[in-house]
Amino acid sequence: MMQEPLLAVEGLRTHFSTEHGIVKAVDGVDFTIERGGILGMVGESGSGKSVTGLSILRLLESRNATIAGGRVLFDGEDLLTKSAKEMREIRGRRISMVFQNAMTALDPFFRVGDQLVELIRLHQRVDRRTARAKALEALELVRIPEPGRRLSSYPHQLSGGQRQRVIIALALACGPDLLIADEPTTALDATVQKQIIDLLLEVNRELGTAILMITHDFGVVAHTCRTVAVMYAGRIVEAGDVRRVLETPEHPYTLGLMRAVPRVKSGGRRRSDRLHQISGSPPVRMADAEGCAFAPRCPEAVQRCSTAEPPRIGFDAGHSVLCHQRLPITEAGRVSA
Amino acid sequence: MSAPDVLLDVRELRKVYRTPAVLGRGGSEFVAVEGASFTVRRGETFGLIGESGSGKTTVGRMLLRLLDATSGYVEFDGYEVLRLAGPRLRDLRQRMQIVFQDSGSAFNPRLPVGEQVAFPMRKFRLHPESEIKSRVVDLLEHVGLWADQAQRYPHEFSGGQRQRLGIARALAAQPDFVVLDEPTSALDVSVQGQILNLLCDLQDERGLTLILISHNLAVIQHMCDHAAVMHEGHVVETGSVDELFGAPRSDITRQLLDAVLEPTAPAG
Repeated sequence: MMQEPLLAVEGLRTHFSTEHGIVKAVDGVDFTIERGGILGMVGESGSGKSVTGLSILRLLESRNATIAGGRVLFDGEDLLTKSAKEMREIRGRRISMVFQNAMTALDPFFRVGDQLVELIRLHQRVDRRTARAKALEALELVRIPEPGRRLSSYPHQLSGGQRQRVIIALALACGPDLLIADEPTTALDATVQKQIIDLLLEVNRELGTAILMITHDFGVVAHTCRTVAVMYAGRIVEAGDVRRVLETPEHPYTLGLMRAVPRVKSGGRRRSDRLHQISGSPPVRMADAEGCAFAPRCPEAVQRCSTAEPPRIGFDAGHSVLCHQRLPITEAGRVSA
Repeated sequence: MSAPDVLLDVRELRKVYRTPAVLGRGGSEFVAVEGASFTVRRGETFGLIGESGSGKTTVGRMLLRLLDATSGYVEFDGYEVLRLAGPRLRDLRQRMQIVFQDSGSAFNPRLPVGEQVAFPMRKFRLHPESEIKSRVVDLLEHVGLWADQAQRYPHEFSGGQRQRLGIARALAAQPDFVVLDEPTSALDVSVQGQILNLLCDLQDERGLTLILISHNLAVIQHMCDHAAVMHEGHVVETGSVDELFGAPRSDITRQLLDAVLEPTAPAG
């Protein structure tokens, strides 16, 4: 029997009005995340992955952005119909977000402990002392050395990796069901990145917190997620099981990207095999755009690609692509983690 | 004297920052680079690997005399780089160029990019004034831009295009040696491949010797012949890329390799 998913995003559209016209930053995105699941959302800059995360939490609406359509069903209730007050109850407590830049996400003027206590007391009716005990627990949870001492540290006294751990502690302090991690390791060194990713995986395993992992890095996706959605110009162009999508991609964009990434452990070395090249750069999707957004860069594009909307083609086990040039095998499955 | 196939010989290069004593409190020292030594052969690509703060950028800048070394010895094609001054130093600046990570901030936002690419040509008097315009256009086209883009301003270019501009400006000086400081770190994956391929092509055509500074081991592996691994200001290991990546001797190198997340490794 299928359980109701924790999060079901259906036909989400987020538009920005700019001086050049309407930009369709998110243009009809569908996916679900089960309780305790991890979905990787991967894409290049401007592909709409962060805007998707911000739209779920409705953090965009004041800035010339509008959610133009769709539903965001969280625990069966549509977040897009909630009042501002109801959203404040949900943010931080039921769904929280980890941002890329830990330095700007923490307040430089307040001690780490005070920031945690403030957040905990905002959402839970507890006295200062209990809140402090919970803050300490939160720091222990993210494996910060000497957590008791760190409560009275200021953000600048912490290393980049520790700051990111504090951010994760803040996000987890109220025991959310869903964590939206937006490039949580991009600003970190590789060795620290690995520690933070391992931490997020532990949190997922031990607390059952579902994670939407937003990243531009296929390596991060391969190591954290079972399911991946590849975004391009506001749409999910390919989705499915991580291994299947990364090892035998079907969409020309994913295929090109996977061939364009140099690898360490491949053995075969340097110029003898030139890197695969995708020409041009990622586009901005304007309101009057037609056809497949990848068509101008696509080596397989034919005429209909730039005039007609590409269909979603389903393959085995929930694997699907948005492409004119692939033969349908099954009815398009939904993306689900 | 170094062996003839060695273009750059770096020995015991050191950079110490001192904070001055203020109000009776003594100053302190920070050692950014501690005794870095390595050699770069003519025509090769040499990698400098390390995490942020390891000193790799500081080394790159000292080699070009963009930053004064505290002590050490750098020999470039027989010249003792750290001792040069006047016209000799200027000659050297023409031969040694740099491409920065963020070419956007490395260009003057108020000047058309063509003027800025022309600057090294004029500065080093490489061509008569009548030829400069066509030389700039040739160069822009060579790095994958268009002639009419010479009139545009830096903000009108995408990240990948700005990196092409940075490369064009470095090449305008007709150097034989270029330091590339994280040339693709700010770029999207689909664009990174274009820039790395372009760099390989230019190197083959012009016989350039390159130092590639990067924290991305896959990029180093793809591009470099030899490399040095840096950690907290020290060069902890040097060798051919095959040796470094196949049989690392230093724990630091091993840790860096272990931390690489390959896009095809099995999921958690």
